[in-house]
Amino acid sequence: MSILETRQLTKYFGDTHAVDHVDFAVAQGEVLALIGSNGAGKTTLVNLISGLIPVDSGTVLFEGNDITRASIHRKIELGIARSFQLVNLFDQLTTLDNVALAVFSRDGKTRRLLTVSDADTAVRDEAMSVLQQFGLDARARMMAGGLSQGERKLLDVAVAYALKPKLLFLDEPTSGVSTREKAPIMDIITSVVRSGRITAVIIEHDMDVVFTYCPRIVAMHQGAILADGTPDQIRTNEQVTANLLGAQAGP
Amino acid sequence: MSVGALSRRSLAWVVPVLLLLVILPFVVEPYQTVLLSYGLVFAIAALGFNLLLGYTGLLSFGHSAYFGVGAYAVAFIVKYLKIESMVVFVFGGIAAATAVAAVFGFLCVRYTRIFFGILTLALSQVLWSLAFKFFWVTGGTDGLRVPTPKLLGGAVRMAVGPSADKQDFLSRRYYYYVLVLFIICVAVMWLIVHSPFGKALQAIRDNETRAEFVGVQVWHYRWVAFLISGAFTGLAGALWVPLNGLTTPDILHWQFSGEMVFFTVLGGFQTFFGPVVGAIVFNYLKTFAVGYTVYWQMLLGVVLVVLVLVLPAGIVGTVNRLALRLRGTPAT
Amino acid sequence: MDILLIHILNSLLYASVLFLIAGGLSLIYGVMRIVNLAHGNLYAFGAYTTAWAVGRALGNAPAASPALYLLLPVGALAAAAVGAVLEPTLLRPLYRRAEEYQLLITFGLLLILEDVLRLIWGPYPLSVSALYEALGSLSIGESIYPTYNLVVIVVGGAAALGLWAFIYRTQFGVVLRATSQNMRMASALGVNVNRVYIEAFTLGCFMAGLGGAIVVPQQGAVLGMGVDALILAFVVVVIGGLGSLEGALIGALMVGVVREFGITFFPEVELAVLYLMAAVVLLIRPAGLFGRT
Repeated sequence: MSILETRQLTKYFGDTHAVDHVDFAVAQGEVLALIGSNGAGKTTLVNLISGLIPVDSGTVLFEGNDITRASIHRKIELGIARSFQLVNLFDQLTTLDNVALAVFSRDGKTRRLLTVSDADTAVRDEAMSVLQQFGLDARARMMAGGLSQGERKLLDVAVAYALKPKLLFLDEPTSGVSTREKAPIMDIITSVVRSGRITAVIIEHDMDVVFTYCPRIVAMHQGAILADGTPDQIRTNEQVTANLLGAQAGP
Repeated sequence: MSVGALSRRSLAWVVPVLLLLVILPFVVEPYQTVLLSYGLVFAIAALGFNLLLGYTGLLSFGHSAYFGVGAYAVAFIVKYLKIESMVVFVFGGIAAATAVAAVFGFLCVRYTRIFFGILTLALSQVLWSLAFKFFWVTGGTDGLRVPTPKLLGGAVRMAVGPSADKQDFLSRRYYYYVLVLFIICVAVMWLIVHSPFGKALQAIRDNETRAEFVGVQVWHYRWVAFLISGAFTGLAGALWVPLNGLTTPDILHWQFSGEMVFFTVLGGFQTFFGPVVGAIVFNYLKTFAVGYTVYWQMLLGVVLVVLVLVLPAGIVGTVNRLALRLRGTPAT
Repeated sequence: MDILLIHILNSLLYASVLFLIAGGLSLIYGVMRIVNLAHGNLYAFGAYTTAWAVGRALGNAPAASPALYLLLPVGALAAAAVGAVLEPTLLRPLYRRAEEYQLLITFGLLLILEDVLRLIWGPYPLSVSALYEALGSLSIGESIYPTYNLVVIVVGGAAALGLWAFIYRTQFGVVLRATSQNMRMASALGVNVNRVYIEAFTLGCFMAGLGGAIVVPQQGAVLGMGVDALILAFVVVVIGGLGSLEGALIGALMVGVVREFGITFFPEVELAVLYLMAAVVLLIRPAGLFGRT
């Protein structure tokens, strides 16, 4: 069964179909890339599914349940998490606290008013182990606002990962990062996703990253799905090369 | 605000300061002790106020509402229930203020920043105008008098009668009563801001969207923070009335809300103890300045403008930064 | 029937002044995303300045001559001048900082202006009722109505039209709207954003000052009028939507009507009814009737 399925999902911005009656399904455990030029609808699709913006029409099913109009909180409870293209962190909290907060929240401990958060060793240890997986443990006590861009992108993913989601959306996890840093970041992300058996949908512009790390690629164009297949299939798909890869073509 | 280093250093200050506060009535004249009592009361209000500003990122311009409700609750308990026990005052003040905070908070926390500020201001002005209009209930501009209360349900012998005894009461027994409650408030608030709940509030302050996507229901948490804030400020109001002997609608006016904003910013709203220091310093400043000039508001305004432009970290914040720099640690 | 007409006229009078204040507030917010908490005090400043100027002139002139009415805009110009000084000195340094600082500094300004008014003009109200009475009254059916009030209504309406024309029909208006919609883009296209900001701010303050100036013959200048006006202006923009001039107009009309009929029939709770209305709008349409977030 698909872990995620959208049926005729639609969103208008004014007269434009940002997402145009999209039917899209993801199987459990898949790692897939969502590609398309700017304005193709990738981020809007993810925003609709994750709950950042409301759906105009269509349905979203998660593990068979209709979550189209569910609250963000409910979606997270069910096991959906996401990272952000423009890094969204708690800049005045430490790196450790950023991740710890996700753990506290997941365990329902954020209701606790009268216990010191630092005293909860279980949470702290788990947060540290997440940081280790992401190679950020050396920065544990540093304010998130003081990290380098690459570290911030990793932390953004780490916070989402700490929620132990079943489905993880990654919105351009390597954007704004230098080329040499991209591979290490993607290595960490894919290893973490595989060992956690998390289903991952990655929005990406960098086609090298996409072809290297993602066994399935879904290409969008003007709000609709253009093509859906393996890297080889996508590479040889004429419509895709015309609309997307043409712009990316290089030496 | 990282808990570790800074907190440990803050705590090192706590013991000598506490000692000083405890022995104070024996080394200074009663007038000074009473003056400090006012400072401690405002400090409790500041703690409550800053839970919203410093930790949740919500700037309220209407906190006089909760202080005033706490104060009037005490006055009503005296006038209508004929009870004069401090314990009842404290619980009544907290309960009333929290109830009002629950309603006002419900309306206000769905908004942030500007609209939040506007709404809090408007709602507190509604209360102020009600205190005026329903003068047969509230005593109007004459206000309501409150006599010296029984502490601890009468277990502590109290003085009634000539003003000398009253001053003795205020500068000894009442001062210690306020001091104990102040210490309890500091301890409780310290726990709250260092708890997982407190971290969630700070996350909301830093990034509302991400907080939502980490599973923290922003509206909920803001509302609870609002309740706690109202409770602390209401307690301060309840403690204030016996000191003042009287409560009038002035205490509900936006001017007082403004003073709360001012002393919190003065002390440094990005630190835990900043608002406490700011409240106490402000109290001395006001007592001093009011004797010198009628244009007290202008002075406040100018200082506030200067603070924002030049010293946004406030007193405690700036001291912290200097201390960090002296140690050679780069300020984060 | 005439009574009804009088109530309507009073509502319009009230709405006129409110539109000028709230419109100025909304304009500034629309362009610069700033809420000036001292905005009401600029309205008060306009009132005081006009009252003072006219009072001085009256001291010399034998009676209220038509020329004195030309002095009315003095308040608007004074408020605009203050705004032109304030924006670059106190507000511009804070654009990059968190919004709280902007609120804090304008709050500080509110406190300063409150006392400045007292410092300059003392604690007692200033009045120029001579200008108000000189125009006499009109008969409306069996009742009489002060003619001056009609002047205020006309000025308010003219201001609304003038502003609309200015924003939608002039070159500067285009620049204003572009900057308000996308400041970075406008800047990239060569718009001098700093100049647009100072001009928008000055215009907003001009409107507030004008509101004070035209209303002062009718009700005088008194300490505390600034914050009272600010709170009402907030109710207007909550209802109409912050950043929208149509919203300010509709909101002002609604508040004007509710207040007029509230004062007549439910004087005790007139203020509460207004807030209730604002609360209802906030619950149903948080951005206001015409607002954009």
